[in-house]
Amino acid sequence: MTLAKKRTGTGPLLLLALPGLAYLLINNYIPMLGMVIAFKNVDFAKGILKSPWAGLKNFEFLFKTNDAFIMIRNTLLYNIVFIVLGTVCAIFIAVLMHEVAKRSYSKVMQAGLILPNLISMVVVSYIAYAFLSADRGFLNETILKGLGKESVNWYSESKYWPFILVIVQIWKTAGYSSIIYMAAIAGMDQALYEAARMDGAGKLKQIFSITLPQLKPTVGIMVLFAIGRIFSSDFGLFYQVPMNSGALYGATQTIDTYVYRALMQLGDLGMSSAAGVFQSIVGFALVLGANYLVRRVDPDSALF
Amino acid sequence: MMSAADGDKAFKVFAILVLSVITIGAFVPFLLIVVASFTEESAIVEHGYRFVTDRLSLDAYAFMLSQFGVISRAYAVSIGVTVVGTALSLLITTMLAYPMSRPGFKYRNVIAFLVFFSLLFSGGVVPSYIMWTRVFHLRDSYLALVIPTYLMSGFNALLVRNYYKNSVPSALIESAQIDGASELRIFFRIMIPLSTPVNVTIGLFTGIAYWNDWINALYYISKPQMFGIQNLLMRMMTNLQFLTSGQAAGMVGAGAVDLPTNAVRMSMAVIGILPILIGFPFLQKYLTKGVVVGAVKG
Repeated sequence: MTLAKKRTGTGPLLLLALPGLAYLLINNYIPMLGMVIAFKNVDFAKGILKSPWAGLKNFEFLFKTNDAFIMIRNTLLYNIVFIVLGTVCAIFIAVLMHEVAKRSYSKVMQAGLILPNLISMVVVSYIAYAFLSADRGFLNETILKGLGKESVNWYSESKYWPFILVIVQIWKTAGYSSIIYMAAIAGMDQALYEAARMDGAGKLKQIFSITLPQLKPTVGIMVLFAIGRIFSSDFGLFYQVPMNSGALYGATQTIDTYVYRALMQLGDLGMSSAAGVFQSIVGFALVLGANYLVRRVDPDSALF
Repeated sequence: MMSAADGDKAFKVFAILVLSVITIGAFVPFLLIVVASFTEESAIVEHGYRFVTDRLSLDAYAFMLSQFGVISRAYAVSIGVTVVGTALSLLITTMLAYPMSRPGFKYRNVIAFLVFFSLLFSGGVVPSYIMWTRVFHLRDSYLALVIPTYLMSGFNALLVRNYYKNSVPSALIESAQIDGASELRIFFRIMIPLSTPVNVTIGLFTGIAYWNDWINALYYISKPQMFGIQNLLMRMMTNLQFLTSGQAAGMVGAGAVDLPTNAVRMSMAVIGILPILIGFPFLQKYLTKGVVVGAVKG
């Protein structure tokens, strides 16, 4: 130990760390400082630092718009549904998978369940389109026609999108998130199950009295960290899958899609940076809060 | 009454049945685009996209072959970005992880904090966009597809550090030092070769992220000839919409009507996921392992 300490070359180690540190500085830390633009009237002719201060004007403008309410509401509500439904589905899959874990076909099943998580949102949007296209989609042309119902213009009726987006999200993520719960179940003390079997407890009883209660810490931590990210959304899911359709904004606009649209489509630096800073700061506060709660429940699982 | 053993058996059957249904549910959407890509255009126009068809056709793929230049170019961009990005990422991530893993290194905690904090807090999209375009002038440069966001994940750096700390015997490092090996030598000759599992895992996650990325090009690339396969797919979706929306009716030549547009769309999507479908069976093991390792502690 002392030998290792003495021999550790500070210089060469710093050299090794340098490229990664430089990248972190540029990719992560400079943009943190760049958050000042939300408090400025940016004039690129003068440069960001010399642009006049705007105080909280950008935020005032932002929160006076109806957009602010819609995007915050959507971001929060979708995340709540994703957390609840996603967790339930993932645990359900994990419990069932554990029953067949040693069978050869369980690998195939797992492959099928993980696959949706590995494709890009662009491809997901193609798949959604194959189902939802007004004149070629499977839903209109096969299902609704078969039932003798009128076809639906899916990409312009926002009332269906809360359901569509939840289905897409669960389809894409449930199998993948179940892996963590499967690992937790596999790591449980087998003696408890032995004892339960001796006492004549059936599988269902074992699941409800042993497996699920023992999963509680894992679930708690996963949920808390998800709550820490409750102000963020998957840009691809809300932008690409609805095909950026303006008619759907009421149901599909989240903070992330708003920031993109305000920046790239409207060129409104003030509004987009204000929304982004709002998201960063509230998100950070939530991460800290969630971690504080995790530490109180189970100190070993806290991030810091 | 059923005995416990019968009940267990019944539950197992139930589990198999339900899981089969769920697995099919997860897989069936892929089937729709694959079948549609092999369906004759006239059948799609008549009945829409379907899971079964009696009119199989290779027209869509023949058409794509006729567009070989455009598609192969996009493919080359995607492959190039994925390979270069993943290799660079592996290099700088492991290089950063090693000093953090060395118990005697003075700055290891400072560096670990910088890495860790970058995971908790982010300046957001707007300042990054302004920096990459106005300071580094990455607009319409291939570097814009490699550098922003994906080049190094602090999460991966911590994952590798933990692997170095817990899975590489420290006695190995000490004996190498006694033999006079330098830190650089230890890193390149001992640490990297001994940590293949974690390298494969983070390489895989990074590679998939690069292959699937379309957001960097959305922000930074305006020239279609620089698009990778994902952004080509995106553009095809909007362009075909443009063609079918009627606004462009006057511009559509007689030849365009014969294009198997509906089938082509789906064959493009199939081409976009082909590498993942092919590689997946070999990589599944590492993917599931990676999730578990990552979940245990960052």
